[in-house]
Amino acid sequence: MGYDLKMRIWRGDQSGGDLEDHTVEVSEGEVVLDALHRVQATQAGDLAIRWNCKAGKCGSCSAEINGKPRLLCMTRLSDFDTSETITVTPMRTFPVIRDLVTDVSFNYEKAKELPSFAPPPRDADNKRRMQQIDVERGQEFRKCIECFLCQNTCHVVRDHEENKPAFAGPRFFLRYAELDMHPLDTHDRRELAQGAAGLGMCNITKCCTEVCPEGIRITDNAIIPMKERVVDRKYDPLLTIGNLIGLRNKDTEGRREV
Amino acid sequence: MTGNVMSGDGTGGMERHTYDVVVIGAGGAGLRAAIAAHDAGARTALVCKSLLGKAHTVMAEGGIAAAMGNRWPEDNWEVHFRDTMRGGKMLNNWRMAQLHAQEAPERVMELEDWGALFDRTDDGLISQRDFGGHKYARLAHVGDRTGLEMIRTLQQRAVELGIDVFMECTITDLFKDGDKISGAFGYWRESGRFITFEAPSVILATGGIGKSFKVTSNSWEYTGDGHALAMRAGASLINMEFVQFHPTGMVWPPSVKGLLVTESVRGDGGILKNSEGERFMFRYIPEFFKSETADTIEEADRWYEDKKNNRRPPELLPRDEVARAINSEIKAGRGTPHGGIYLDIASRRTPEFIRKRLPSMYHQFKELADVDITAEPMEIGPTCHYVMGGVEVDADTQESAITGLYAVGECSGGMHGSNRLGGNSLGDLLVFGKRAGEAATAYGSSLGADRPKIDEADVKAAAESALAPFEVEGGENPYTIQSDLQQSMNDLVGIIRTASELEESLSEIEAFKTRAKAMKVEGHRQYNPGWHLAIDLRNMLIVSECIAKAALAREESRGGHTRDDFPGPDAVWGTKNLVVNLNAAGTGVDLHEKPLPVMPDELKTYFEEK
Ligand SMILES: Cc1cc2nc3c(=O)[nH]c(=O)nc-3n(C[C@H](O)[C@H](O)[C@H](O)COP(=O)(O)OP(=O)(O)OC[C@H]3O[C@@H](n4cnc5c(N)ncnc54)[C@H](O)[C@@H]3O)c2cc1C
Ligand code: SF4
Ligand code: SF4
Ligand code: FES
Repeated sequence: MGYDLKMRIWRGDQSGGDLEDHTVEVSEGEVVLDALHRVQATQAGDLAIRWNCKAGKCGSCSAEINGKPRLLCMTRLSDFDTSETITVTPMRTFPVIRDLVTDVSFNYEKAKELPSFAPPPRDADNKRRMQQIDVERGQEFRKCIECFLCQNTCHVVRDHEENKPAFAGPRFFLRYAELDMHPLDTHDRRELAQGAAGLGMCNITKCCTEVCPEGIRITDNAIIPMKERVVDRKYDPLLTIGNLIGLRNKDTEGRREV
Repeated sequence: MTGNVMSGDGTGGMERHTYDVVVIGAGGAGLRAAIAAHDAGARTALVCKSLLGKAHTVMAEGGIAAAMGNRWPEDNWEVHFRDTMRGGKMLNNWRMAQLHAQEAPERVMELEDWGALFDRTDDGLISQRDFGGHKYARLAHVGDRTGLEMIRTLQQRAVELGIDVFMECTITDLFKDGDKISGAFGYWRESGRFITFEAPSVILATGGIGKSFKVTSNSWEYTGDGHALAMRAGASLINMEFVQFHPTGMVWPPSVKGLLVTESVRGDGGILKNSEGERFMFRYIPEFFKSETADTIEEADRWYEDKKNNRRPPELLPRDEVARAINSEIKAGRGTPHGGIYLDIASRRTPEFIRKRLPSMYHQFKELADVDITAEPMEIGPTCHYVMGGVEVDADTQESAITGLYAVGECSGGMHGSNRLGGNSLGDLLVFGKRAGEAATAYGSSLGADRPKIDEADVKAAAESALAPFEVEGGENPYTIQSDLQQSMNDLVGIIRTASELEESLSEIEAFKTRAKAMKVEGHRQYNPGWHLAIDLRNMLIVSECIAKAALAREESRGGHTRDDFPGPDAVWGTKNLVVNLNAAGTGVDLHEKPLPVMPDELKTYFEEK
């Protein structure tokens, strides 16, 4: 059941650009990325799009569809009325390179600032032991496909270029929280998260959580617990909850601040 | 990405760098190689076509095969070695299979040292799951997103070490000084500007070739660049006739046709049924695997709990067997409405179990096909997935026939013989990535100040060749040629092959080559996918020719290569590899036979019938 889809696609580069109208034939079960690929193959061979897996696994194809930050490959055309015009624009928070492709180097720079995992030596039999329940919290955060949609959405940087140097953004708060909750990690990154990474600038609006295609509960499960751990290192109510749900009680003892 | 600025239609500008080791590709293999090179003291560059962390490795689902013995203490490298060789129908490079089985466990533990969070056993050790062709539950995994865990861990490690990364940068040529590698040439996708790397060691880690087929689980990156670069530099490829069609790809909706459905679904209890509701795999157990495969439903079902006293379900035969069986059922008219067969886990496991063990499959079917896999069966069919063939390398160092040129991961050949077992690719990337990084560094240091040099005339020629598609007047659009090639490879060089169709495909490839000479691209050099494809297409064509030519020559059926006109394996063919090279004119492919490396007697004893 094919039909003609009307699309408006932003085309341009650093110096400016505009929405371009295209009408393209689409069929049942297709996603926005399919429609764009057809435009590329038949109408605009040089239309710049970033994509890899076409299965929501690599986080390359982030853009804004009718103003909403989404993955192009996981947005089905059946979510829209057949008469509706679909408008596709690049992520707004990052500088445009060309068409739908943006310069996301901000995120790769922030990744470099994060002190990495620091485990103790292995057990005597050369293996490591962790309980499933203790790794599950970190595993939720490690589902992150680095689509940077949360980074794009967070109002702290979305319209405030000036905040970028001091703010790592939700994707990296997730990483701080992951390491902080890692059953074996020996570093204490709480001061760093609060200070250099700008955790304090987040006012828990949860917009990041809403756009995460992996459904990671960034604000509730990572940011808020991290904030609590930072605020009160002596009495941390979360540790009590943590104990109840089986998280390792990580206090300052035995950890080196970085 | 890169901070490079250049006017889109400008032609000037050349960036130059000098390194000890340049790694092309940042999937698991490239990342592991770069880490090893860095650790060995080399100044190392890591170059990739996509952003860091987006390579194919990120899509791997099931797990990493490594005989750690966490679930089955009986498991060890010898059993893994035997499974690998049998899975590859004995055509594997025995030494690679041995090294892989021996070293994979430590490579997995290393990932854990670097922060990977694998699923655990009750004792708190790394959990291991069942997969086709592996005697014991052996795949270290994280739900069904193991590749993501692996690439993120390696990426974070590489960033921590401060390795220089050149992302969205495509290598189009290699340079040589006499018979030694001297560097590589490429362009920044973002700006179209050219870049030259001067280095005595280049490691190819560019992945596979699947984009030459229409129905595939592979992405746009899989255009066989490393395979083609190696050939143009004078190295040879082996085993190119062996392409793995994964038995379970999605078949509907059309836009996701080919997308992978992980083997873990079967490892975790899923079964295959035809439209008549029959669990048909019991009819397709080959002689070779009879003694280790259950022949009744009851025994197969008991196996999940009691592996000692029961044999494996036939759904867990190696991939080539299962893919052929599915193909036959569909051909016999017992397929599903959308031309697949049913993969059913809904009737066999609880919804909680399925969501916990297979979260991305649950998500993928829900979002893309409106199918709830905890309540209804999936419709699946074979999809082009992996190429066993690749650059012929030395087993211990991964060096090709060209001094200073190494190949590792999916773009190298030999390790998997005629068919790869699931989970053996991720292990392969780690084991041989490390070895290649170390060997490349050692060779580079041995040169001292006497390093091979780049000839400026070669640089000029490389630039001209890359820009050629802009010069054409009125030629054809590369997208059309690509899609015709994909259709042709799918139809004529697919899962079941015959001499006449392979001959037809070779003449079609010749025609594509002619069309590609007059290929034209629109627009300018800045982030222009049409131009990028025009360049990649040359690689796809040469690799497709290798596959078709080798497939025509091998007159038997073995592993990933099935000939309708030669249905069985042939003992004589079982003793040799097919090797392909670029011909002297550089326009086509030459092919010759080569005896397999001889396995030492002490390893042969693993295969004697007990
Ligand atoms: C959906 C799916 C699921 C899979 N599941 C499993 C599994 O469970 N277990 C398992 O063992 N295997 C699995 N495999 C196979 C395995 O994932 C791949 O074989 C493996 O990841 C390949 O790794 P690699 O490092 O060789 O290449 P890749 O990870 O593909 O990386 C290739 C790199 O090379 C770069 N590159 C390519 N050409 C150029 C060029 N010209 N210039 C610069 N850079 C270039 C790319 O940008 C990329 O960075 C799966 C494969 C798929 C598709
Ligand atoms: S919760 Fe914090 S990080 Fe997330 S969008 Fe709001 S301010 Fe940004
Ligand atoms: S946390 Fe979610 S939204 Fe943010 S980068 Fe990761 S996957 Fe994307
Ligand atoms: S293409 Fe990989 S997430 Fe969309």
